[in-house]
This record gives sequence, structure tokens and C-alpha cells, in this order.
Amino acid sequence: MQTSSDNILSAIRIEKGFPGTKALDKVDFHLRRGEVHALLGENGAGKSTLIKCLTGAYRRDGGSMLLDGTEADPRDTFDAQRLGIGTVYQEVNLLPNLTVAENLFLGRQPRRFGMVDTRTMNRRARELLAEYELDIDVTRDLASYSVAIQQVVAIARAVDLSGKVLILDEPTASLDAHEVEMLFRIVRRLKGRGLGIIFITHFLEQVYAISDRITVLRNGQLVGTRNAADLDRRELIAMMIGRELATEIHSAHSDAVAGEPRYRFRNFGRRGKIDPFDLDVRAGEVVGMAGLLGSGRTETAEILFGAHRADSGTAEIEGRTVDLSSPRAAIRQRFGFCPEDRKTAGIVGDLSVRENIVLALQARRGWTRPIPRAEQNRLADHYIRALDIRTPDREKPIRLLSGGNQQKAILARWLATEPELLILDEPTRGIDVGAHAEIIRLIESLREKGMSLIVISSEIEELVAYSTRVVVLRDRAHVAELDGAQLTAHRIVEAIAATNGREAS
Amino acid sequence: MKQKYLPLTATILIFGLSYALCVAQYPNMLSTRVIGNLLTDNAFLGIAAVGMTFVILSGGIDLSIGAVIAFAGVFLAVVLEHGGMHPLVAFALLLAITTLFGAIMGAIIHYLEMPAFIVTLAGMFLTRGMAFVLSIDSIPIKHPFYATLKSLYFKLPGGGRITLIGGLMLFVFAVGILIAHRTRFGTNIYALGGGTATAKLMGVPVAATTIRIYALSGLLAGLSGIVFSLYTSAGYSLAAVGVELDAITAVVIGGTLLTGGSGFVAGTLVGILIQGLIQTYITFDGTLSSWWTKILIGLLLFAFILLQKGIIHLSRPERQRA
Repeated sequence: MQTSSDNILSAIRIEKGFPGTKALDKVDFHLRRGEVHALLGENGAGKSTLIKCLTGAYRRDGGSMLLDGTEADPRDTFDAQRLGIGTVYQEVNLLPNLTVAENLFLGRQPRRFGMVDTRTMNRRARELLAEYELDIDVTRDLASYSVAIQQVVAIARAVDLSGKVLILDEPTASLDAHEVEMLFRIVRRLKGRGLGIIFITHFLEQVYAISDRITVLRNGQLVGTRNAADLDRRELIAMMIGRELATEIHSAHSDAVAGEPRYRFRNFGRRGKIDPFDLDVRAGEVVGMAGLLGSGRTETAEILFGAHRADSGTAEIEGRTVDLSSPRAAIRQRFGFCPEDRKTAGIVGDLSVRENIVLALQARRGWTRPIPRAEQNRLADHYIRALDIRTPDREKPIRLLSGGNQQKAILARWLATEPELLILDEPTRGIDVGAHAEIIRLIESLREKGMSLIVISSEIEELVAYSTRVVVLRDRAHVAELDGAQLTAHRIVEAIAATNGREAS
Repeated sequence: MKQKYLPLTATILIFGLSYALCVAQYPNMLSTRVIGNLLTDNAFLGIAAVGMTFVILSGGIDLSIGAVIAFAGVFLAVVLEHGGMHPLVAFALLLAITTLFGAIMGAIIHYLEMPAFIVTLAGMFLTRGMAFVLSIDSIPIKHPFYATLKSLYFKLPGGGRITLIGGLMLFVFAVGILIAHRTRFGTNIYALGGGTATAKLMGVPVAATTIRIYALSGLLAGLSGIVFSLYTSAGYSLAAVGVELDAITAVVIGGTLLTGGSGFVAGTLVGILIQGLIQTYITFDGTLSSWWTKILIGLLLFAFILLQKGIIHLSRPERQRA
């Protein structure tokens, strides 16, 4: 049914092995002209390895690749770019201190008499961005624009340089709903120009919103390529993880927990961060925090953990007033906090999995009382097994692990301190569906053991699934609290959207 | 106003303000003679500071400058007085040596992935040592061609003189500004300062650019050595100690970010002039100890570090907004 002329890029029986593992096992991938093709799979499924083989970052061990009907074998990413394959990553790979125009034309600036012709360069940059509905001052530094605009500039550069195939590697991870829509308009327009676009994301809604076809990889093998319209979500998830998960995510949570609150925050807040709020958390309760980006969810977590000192209100644990003025003080009260951005605020990349796991426990004991090595090994092995952290051994530097496994290691770090209140900020962001389900299961089992949890998440369905109560935030204030029968995705979205009229995505 | 012009504007304002204060106290300072001398006296420092600006813009540092200047002075004195070479040939030979020396340091920094601080520190000791090997004495240069070069000047209305070396400094600054803003090499320097890994991904030839940056700094340090030799008419291996630090000071006061990626060559000129002005003021006063120059420069440097921190702090929320 496919002739080679339909396909702008064909990868046939691609193989790639690393010592000890087969990362890609005879994978076929066909990209048509003018289509958006989503590439999905769990972490470790081989998505990034396939992309790296296509862009020349890795040399494939076997198989062949046809670009526009001719055999292609890019030596490196520049070579791939010259051949026509451009890539845009989640972290914008442009230079913030150069102007927008310089970023677009770096290395190929128009010249007159040997000197860079800034005027022509700026004019051409404006013309180029006009095709992307972007009318900005191209002489300003890139850093003065939002991530979304930087992303569009990166796409404009990649398309201008290559122009046949555009690979978008999680481009939407740090964008809000409005910005994602802008990005998608641009992707559709590029599609109309006949480009083949490969789209990688963890957001399934976005896959269905933009993709024509979906290819799923699992454990380095091709599971299948389907038309997006013919593949329902449950079936897609089953393809990705090889087991039925959808029902687990939507399992009903148990009824609201009764009894006296263990934690009682009154009029707690800090000017400029979050308006004073009241919050009770009982033992064995998961309190969800819902709201748009910037609504004050993370600020609430940081103030509870003492990362920012509260300037009003009181905190009580079982009736005693306690001091939460610093993370050390909070840890002393058996609080734990997994921050959202694990790369900058969570993991210490060069330390081993073991060292990362014992870090918080060691900090609480103080550096003068080191944890014996045998005890460290026992703890690390216990949590590697208990949380199913996939690592060859506990001494492997944590930066070599996949995102989901890093997230689990950070969870292990706090579980090792045996906290009584655990605050999780976006525990499932940027990790694959399988690890996603495991983390949700873990949250439920911790709650059943009587731990109190506060979980922040942008995925409302997920909050409904495991929370006993959900606090809704808007404009840096707690505006509603939903529990029992009120606790539905629909009600949460309504509460978020109540007055400011913005739809939650 | 764009944020990146803020430090430069502050520098220019400070220079204007301090010049006005000086003139208010000593009206004689408002003369072309003072301006001419300001250029002549700081010519060698200014030329070296242009090279330093490029190095710092790229996120590096070059500590070898002062030693290279001293080496140049001794080298010229030895070949002119003992070797009987024509000065122009000696100049060309010297510039070739210092440029190659800079290029080698750049290559070591890039290929061995060593911090510029250590590599150029080693270069500093090496060059200073080489100067001692050539001669431990202060050798006067009496070549007639030197006298000819020193007698060249452009007369300004009001009796001031732009000497050859003062004019050379202005010329180097003009070329430096062109390189920084109107060549691909210049943009690549800023690109390195913005982030080497990203610059590499975007196709900047990192190796060639790094080597060229340090070669340029070596060339300008050599040129600065020639100017210093003309200025003092002597070569001495203990001369120009700490000039690299004066150059760094001028670059930072001129509004260039020490971490690289942001700043202007023109700012460095103003930074040089501010340092020179303070010195001139103390000379005019006559009663103040010359250490007051250092104290005032130190305070200014602190003020600029605070200003830069403030600007970075202000620009951060803007960057995080997604």
C-alpha cells in the first residue's frame, strides 16, 4: 500500500546495540510527506535511540535509511541537517545571549564586503518568522522572550536549515495550553508545506490532537504503526505497556478519611508567593493540589516545606505548634518533598543511585554520624527492589537512568527518611506510562500505610484517581476544596475556570 | 532601553560624571592636552584590554598578558641593542611569536579541556621566565627609529597631541568593535560565552574559534608590548606586573559580564579612560598617595559587580516565564 515516493523518510530494519542490550531490534519506520507521525513508547523503548540513529547522533549497526528516495547515512547531526533532517529538543538549544536574528542565522550570516550585513540579516529574520505568525523584535536577545517563542524560533531555524523532516522531541513539556495551541498551528502549517514531522511527547491528548499516524515501540521492537483516528486510547496504552492499565488509573479512591487532622495549617502564607490558606491533612490521606501553571501550587509546597519561610500563620502537628522556617526544620518534623524539576532540584547526577537514596537520611542524621556502608547498601537495595528502580546496580551514576527511574530514586530518598508527610510536586511529569502507573500505585500503598501525602499534579484525571480531597488553586490562592461526591474531574475544571474564564487543558 | 546596554550606559555616565567633577575642581583638566596624555599613558593597557575583552566575552580569561608585555620589551631590547635587527622586522617577529603562543594556549584549553585560568597561569610563568632568560637587566633602547616613531603625533586644537601609540590604541579599539559586531567570528565569540555545548550543536566551530580568540589576545598582548617598549624606551623582565588584572578590571568596569556572552568592546575603552582619569586626578592633586587610585578602582569594581548581579537578578523572572 505504500510506495517509496509517498515516504519522505524510510528506516528499514534498523538495528542498534549497546553492550549488554539490544536497543533497537530490526525496527521499521516510515514517514510520509505532509504527515505528523507520533513516536511513542515507554522510557527505554528505543524512541530516543531511533531518533539518534536517524539524526546521525548514533551510527546504526544494521538496516538502511532512505531519505527522499535515496540512501542516506548521516555521520553526525550537522550532516543530517544538511541532508534535510532537523531536530528541536525540549530544552531549547539556542543561545539566550544572542539576538533572535543571530540565532536564526548563526554560521550563515549574510555578508557584504566581508562584514556581517546586520540589516539584511534582521530583515530576513523578520520575513522568516512572519511565516510562523511571529512578529517580534528580532534585534532583542532571545532570552527576553518566553520559552514558547524560543521554541518557535528553534523550529524556524531547523526547518530553514533542513526542510524535509522535522523531529520535535517533547517540544510541549514546558508550555501552557495556549502556547501548545500556537505550536500546533505552526506544525499544521509545516505539514501543509509537505514536511514530514516526527512528534515525540508524553501527553496522549496532544498525540490525538495533532498526529495522523502513531508508531509504538516497546523494548527496542516495533509494536505497530496505526492511523491515529482508528486507535482508541485504551488500545494505544495497551500497545505501549503491553498490559491493561487504563482501568487502574481510573479506579475509584476510597471514601474520605475520618478522624482528627494530624496537620493543621492556619492562615499560612507568604506575601508575593501564596495568599494565606487553611489546610488540614489527616493520617492516611492524599490531598491533591490542582490549578494552572503559576496558580500557586508549587509555592504552597515550598512554603509547607520551609523552602520559603511563611510570613503569616501557624503550623500544628497533633496539636503542637511547630517551626517550619527551613527545609531542615521541616525534615526534623518528618516532612519529605519531591520537587517538580528533578534535574535541577532533585537528583545529584554524578552521585550513584545509592548515594542519592541515602542523601536525605544522612542530612537528617548530620554529617558527623555517617550511615554505615552496609546499612546504605541495605537501604539502597531495598528501595531499588521495592520501587522497581531499573538500574544494573546501585553504584551506577543516577544521571544514566531514565526519567521515570530517577523519579523513583528521589521518592526512595524521601521514603528512606520514613516521612510522615510527603509532598510530591508533579511526580508523574515527563515519565512514561508504565512508570506513571507504578508511581500512582506507590502513592496509594503509602496512603494505605497511614502516611499523609500532598500531591501536586496537572493531570486532573490522575488527581481524581488517588486523592481523598483536592484543593483547587487560582491566582496564588486556595479557592476551593472538593471531596466525596464532588470530587470529579469536571468539578475541578469548573473550579479552576470559575472566574478567570481560562479553560484548563 | 534594552537591558544589555545598561552596564555600558552606567560606565559612560560614571565617566562623564567623574570628568565633570574633576573639571569642577581643576578647570585645567578640560584640555586636549589632558585627553591626549590620557590616551598615550594608557595605550598599552588599552590594546591588551581589547584582547582581554574577547577572551572574557567567550567565557575565558587570559592571565599571561602582563608577562607577554614584559617578554616583548626584553625581546625587543635584546634583538635591537645586541642583534642589530631593524625594529620593523623585530616587531613582526615578536608578533608572530606572541600570536603563536596564544594559539597554543587556546589549543591546549580546547583540546585538553583545561580551564583557561590554569593554562594561561602556566603561560604567564613561562613567558615571565623566558624574559628572565633573555636578560635580567633593564636594557635601554636607543635605536634612532624609536625616536622617529615617538616624534610622530597628530596635533589637536588646544595643544594636545594624539601620539602614534595613543592613535594606535584608538585604531585597535575601532577594529575590535568591527570584529565583535560585524564578523561571524565576533558572533561566534559571543556564542561561546552563551554556552559552549549549545554553540557546538548550532554549528559554531568551537576549536577554531577558541584558538583564534587566544591567538588574537596573544597578538594584541604582543602589540601592547611594542607600545610599552616605545613608551618606556626600555626592556625589563620585571615590568608590567599585574597588567592582566588592570585589563580585567577595565573590561568589567566597561560592562562586560565576567561569565561571558555579554558586553561591548567600546565599554572597555571607557573602562580604561575611567582608570586613567582617576590617576590623572591624583597627579593633579599632588598630595594624595597614588594608592588612592587602587582604592577607588577597587570600589568601582565592587559597584559594577553589584550592578551586574542586580541585572542578572532582574532578568531572571523574565526568563523563567514559560
